[in-house]
Amino acid sequence: MIVDLVRFVEAERPHWTALEQFLKRLDDNPNAALPIDEAQRLHYLYQRTSSALGSVGAMASEPELRGYLEWLVSRAYAEIHESRGRRRFRFWTWLSQTLPQTFRRHVRAFALSAVLTFGGAAFGVLALAIDPDSKSVLMPFDHLQMTPAERVAVEREDKGKRLDGRKTSFSAQLMQNNTRVSILAMGLGMTFGVGTVVLLFYNGVILGAVAFDYVTGGETVFLLGWLLPHGVIEIPAILVAGQAGLLLAHALIGWGSRHTRRERLRKIAPDVVTLICGAAVFLVWAGIVEAFFSQYHEPVVPYGVKISFGLIELAALILYLSRSGLKAK
Amino acid sequence: MSSLEIRTPEGISFAVPLAGPVARLLALTLDFLVILAAQQVVSQVVGAFPKVAADVGDAFGILVLFVFAAVYPMVTEWFWRGQTVGKRLFHLRVIDATGLRLEPAQVVIRNLLRYVDGLPICYLVGSITSLFNRRMQRLGDLAAGTVVVRSVQLKQPDLDQLLGARFNSLLEQRHLAARLRQRVPPEIASIALDALIRRGQLEPAARVELFRDLATYFKKLVDYPPEVIEQMADEQYVRNVVEILFRASL
Repeated sequence: MIVDLVRFVEAERPHWTALEQFLKRLDDNPNAALPIDEAQRLHYLYQRTSSALGSVGAMASEPELRGYLEWLVSRAYAEIHESRGRRRFRFWTWLSQTLPQTFRRHVRAFALSAVLTFGGAAFGVLALAIDPDSKSVLMPFDHLQMTPAERVAVEREDKGKRLDGRKTSFSAQLMQNNTRVSILAMGLGMTFGVGTVVLLFYNGVILGAVAFDYVTGGETVFLLGWLLPHGVIEIPAILVAGQAGLLLAHALIGWGSRHTRRERLRKIAPDVVTLICGAAVFLVWAGIVEAFFSQYHEPVVPYGVKISFGLIELAALILYLSRSGLKAK
Repeated sequence: MSSLEIRTPEGISFAVPLAGPVARLLALTLDFLVILAAQQVVSQVVGAFPKVAADVGDAFGILVLFVFAAVYPMVTEWFWRGQTVGKRLFHLRVIDATGLRLEPAQVVIRNLLRYVDGLPICYLVGSITSLFNRRMQRLGDLAAGTVVVRSVQLKQPDLDQLLGARFNSLLEQRHLAARLRQRVPPEIASIALDALIRRGQLEPAARVELFRDLATYFKKLVDYPPEVIEQMADEQYVRNVVEILFRASL
């Protein structure tokens, strides 16, 4: 019990001021590592202020003093009790080790993401085969409404001039749109995965319908030459974003886990961020390729070159995701 | 007012007041204005280099804005410990839901989830989620394990003006004054303070009755010697008690 509050405050105030200054210094340099003597000093000041808060709390009629001490203790508590490791971010280490390792650790979520997309593609194929008039509904894009033969004729005539003077901005738009879709695929995991599943399936429907349209229209080579250079990176990027969304959904639902929802989400957060950032990196590459390479068709760029380029990219991506960072811990 | 209650391993409990939806909306609006201002700056910068192809300029504008809109809240929340420009102005701060420091992954997730919270328009999903959530968390906060709290400090009432500098005989009995501080609940202390602040607005009869009730309540909590309190009016008694309860703080 505090008998003389005035004396108590006068005696303790220097410690509170010291703690406040300490915390301000940490605020100014959030990544600074404290030497052991300073860490001990911080701990001492925190304990002393906590003790004062305990004493004042028992009196309960000092709202301003209590509010101030709560504010101090809450800030110091965050510094003292934070035990999660903080490592310096190195982009190359992240790209060569963290991203592929994270991908492999959750490869089942990626497989599910792929199954949903290809399930959607199968649906798209089936829907267009049964009802060819559904094309405008399944592929709601102007440039896909003409027949494949007409489209190929237009592209050959155009020789890539359509985008002359706006390739870079077109590339930027592609990156922006695809990244937005990827973020949605990830974020909709918070709808217990329903939104992610719908988005992946719908993407698959469009993909399947387009592929069926061009294959049955006898333009398979054009389709491969058009889609492969950017699609082999873009489609896996969306699948990786879907993988992140499914991880979020799994953490939210918590099948077979004894941890609380909060603990599960906290645990999965770094992996989700790694995967979505990885998807963004892939999409930057895909956007550049789509604007500066995919839009050129024969006779400007032979289909063989475009298809080979796409296959080499795909092999490199598979190699990267399956082998990179295997030896690193 | 909702608050986040945290109990430390040392057994000390503290409460952090949660931010309400209006303050959060205002902070969000201000951050949106910051992004709009950035858009103007980027347009001016691109326009200042006519030799750069319009195509490259457009691409630069699109990417810089997209990246800025996504990265601005992440960078500011990370380097300003949970605050953006809007949150700073409205005294809000994002903290970990357990009171610990924010982690980079938390900052990234809560901001990326804005794309879902913003659906279909005007943060409808996020607003509805936070209204039905005890901690007022939108989807991004739920995924990241964060909460938005008010970081404003309380101000001490101007007691000198209110109480004057009269002699307070109750303070002479230090052990009884300490017992009074220990036993008076904060709600009653606030009522007594309010009664003194608003005494001029009360009808004379109501004022006499209110101070009599308060004085009777305080007298029951701590038994002062009769010679200390005899001939002390009820209002003066309450005034002295309020001085004991509030004036000794910071």
